[in-house]
Amino acid sequence: MKTLKILVGVAFIIAISAFAIDKVSNPPVTGGYAVGDVATDFELKNIDDAMVSLANYKDAKGFIVIFTCNHCPYSVAYEDRIIALDKMFKDKGYPVVAINPNNPKAYPDDSFDNMKVRAKEKGFTFPYLFDDGQKIYPQYGATKTPHVYILEKTAKGNIVRYIGAIDNNYKDASAADKKYVEDAVNALLSGNKVPVELTKAIGCSIKA
Amino acid sequence: MPKYAIYLVFLVTLVNCKGEQNVALDATDVYKSKGVEIPMYDFESFKPLLSINDGKTRVINFWATWCKPCVAELPYFELINSRYPDHEVEVILVSLDLPKQVETKLVPFLRKQKIESKVILLDDPDANSWIPKVNKDWSGSIPATIIYKGNTVNFYERSFTYNELEKELKKIL
Repeated sequence: MKTLKILVGVAFIIAISAFAIDKVSNPPVTGGYAVGDVATDFELKNIDDAMVSLANYKDAKGFIVIFTCNHCPYSVAYEDRIIALDKMFKDKGYPVVAINPNNPKAYPDDSFDNMKVRAKEKGFTFPYLFDDGQKIYPQYGATKTPHVYILEKTAKGNIVRYIGAIDNNYKDASAADKKYVEDAVNALLSGNKVPVELTKAIGCSIKA
Repeated sequence: MPKYAIYLVFLVTLVNCKGEQNVALDATDVYKSKGVEIPMYDFESFKPLLSINDGKTRVINFWATWCKPCVAELPYFELINSRYPDHEVEVILVSLDLPKQVETKLVPFLRKQKIESKVILLDDPDANSWIPKVNKDWSGSIPATIIYKGNTVNFYERSFTYNELEKELKKIL
């Protein structure tokens, strides 16, 4: 009887630890934000080694937060368009804030040092932040790169107004006839409702 | 030659007995190089593949060479492909590699890994329009897998071990 108890105990511990190991290796992205939710601020390290928070942007009307990275061909395909978005909207009050959510242990190309290299090569005009410890992206619910969250600054906080893709053609910017992010920010700037609030896209899975 | 004849007879019998529709997918393009042939589809031409009703179970895996977890689980799909007879289970690896990387990345990868399963390329940049048509719950991240037979369709936006994959397959077989 005693042996049985011990066996059950051992089995229980094994079951629990198996569950725990599973939890550690696959952090579940539970829900994340929906359009209309208040998005968390953060304090993340930029490629110039300074810490950046949304609260630092006193004059901003909102933000184009983009989870992106170095290694992903889809992210690379969109780099020039991300720069263009920043140039288009920074002065109007909607700067781009890029965040690399990947764990460099999973993707060495996405290390902080490689972020600096890539940003310099491409001449990024926006902060490129490192989600150290991979704590911010699960709160947003980002699943892949690139993944965009447009936030509108309000008295209640930064409210999510759009989630999804930059446009409807990852291969060819000139062939994209639906520019979701551009249209959304323009709508917000003119006080209108965002026409398309949620889009889906293929991207590289974020790896914690 | 006799081997082919048997296949042919078998195929004809299968079609005749069942009287099912013979689904032919029209590729928008076919990439051919060094013995590797990869048909390319846009979503409209690819879509019929998701609803073939011929009694066969299809395992359709969305992947790309740049997707690490996808590449990590490919051997399990290969194993399913080799362990189950062709007339019961068909494994189809749907690559989402960028077309310009077919020659530089995809083909060298398939040759190096000696991939035996059927590989096709889905090249349709307007992903927001077709992702929900594959499955309404799909966010668009890969790996993603569909296992279906007839009207029973299971969708998975996750990675598999071999045992997990086989367990899901057996639910449908």
